[in-house]
Amino acid sequence: MKFKLKIWKQRDAHSRGSFVTYDLDGVAPEMSFIEMLTYLNETLIGKGDEPVTFEHDCHEGICGSCGMYINGYPHGPVKGLTTCLLSMRYFKDGETIVIEPWRAKPFPVIKDLMVDRTSFDKIQQAGGFISISVGAAPEANAIPVRKHSSDLAFDASVCIGCGACVAACKNASAMLFVSAKISQYALLPQGRPEGKDRVRAMIAEMDKQGFGSCSNTGACEAQCPKQIKLFNIARLNREYFKAY
Amino acid sequence: MNKILFSAVSKKFVMALAGLFLLLFLPVHLGINLMLLKSDPEPFNTAAHFMATFPLVKVVEILLILAILVHVTYGITLQILNWCSRPVGYAVRNKSDTSAFSRFMIWTGGSVLIFLVIHFFNFYFIKLGIVEGDPENFYAVAQQLFVIPSYAILYWICFLILGFHLYHALQSAFQTLGLSNEFWKPVIRVISLIYAIVIPLGFAIIPFVILLFK
Repeated sequence: MKFKLKIWKQRDAHSRGSFVTYDLDGVAPEMSFIEMLTYLNETLIGKGDEPVTFEHDCHEGICGSCGMYINGYPHGPVKGLTTCLLSMRYFKDGETIVIEPWRAKPFPVIKDLMVDRTSFDKIQQAGGFISISVGAAPEANAIPVRKHSSDLAFDASVCIGCGACVAACKNASAMLFVSAKISQYALLPQGRPEGKDRVRAMIAEMDKQGFGSCSNTGACEAQCPKQIKLFNIARLNREYFKAY
Repeated sequence: MNKILFSAVSKKFVMALAGLFLLLFLPVHLGINLMLLKSDPEPFNTAAHFMATFPLVKVVEILLILAILVHVTYGITLQILNWCSRPVGYAVRNKSDTSAFSRFMIWTGGSVLIFLVIHFFNFYFIKLGIVEGDPENFYAVAQQLFVIPSYAILYWICFLILGFHLYHALQSAFQTLGLSNEFWKPVIRVISLIYAIVIPLGFAIIPFVILLFK
């Protein structure tokens, strides 16, 4: 397969970036998007040119590092996939593919397609955890958990913090991410004792980091590679008002 | 406590409450307006007089004006903050699967606000005595306006836009107030759709009847 790649190139956070066009031939349809970019970089290095900087790690859709905005879609046009699981067979031979970094004030570009997602870590560090005393693991069946709650908590916990929700949202809002992190604890008895402090601290940090507010368009849900549902945001709102 | 007052989630909460209050008022307003369809001006003028003089309605009127101010101010403030959250935009337009009604709320809301200002000049300010006119005969004022075709067309366009605004508004308000889940979400969507069609259609019928049959 042959592609025309229009990729955002930016030296560092303070430089002005621009698009650079690359013609790439010999792409196999079974290659993943990340493999295609790696192949591009090999050809660039072979010619003595500077490779394109992008993040990737696990290649199995669970680390959340490979986010990029492809042809108007975070993680590309296929629902429920991360960029690393996006296969090149989903693109037409000869197609022009425009690749941009996540665009949000709290996600400054580090270089090319790589953005700094420390803001997500800060929100998580503000309260996205359960404080426990160290010691032996407690008996798993000692605390009864309703099956439905456990399923919903699990669905929320699959959030990989990739930032696609922020990238897709017209307001660059992080509500889906924060709501997933809040929900996974709010639905389980282990998360309840610190529930109020958690939601207050995480919302305050979210605002401090400069994310926009939610206008309930649902772009985040549509683009989430882990298909986190919008009703988690309603739960986040409930938890927040109950905390005061 | 400061944190809750100034958080974006709280601003949305207040905006949703103010918006819902306005949504409750619309059917009342429509009920009175439908009296314009009668050839006798008495029922409409009596209802308008009651709305202008009954003490309890006066309190609700103040709340309504406050609700409009809060809804508009918070809507604009949040929109500006949201624009600031993405200083550099994308080269390719976002193609995420979302409803068009939800993406243009600030523009549909802004259009409704412009209509509201015109509406205030035509009616509300007469009642307050700011603009000249007979506050005791709004029936005649309305009839005179609706026979102007350009005004009737503007009125229809405004209510079509209001319908677009209301369809997302109701769903969004429930979500913001935390009153939505996997069961209620589709139910709320249907209620929003019915509300967003029935209310604007009810208002739009009035100039249609006056223009064609009177």
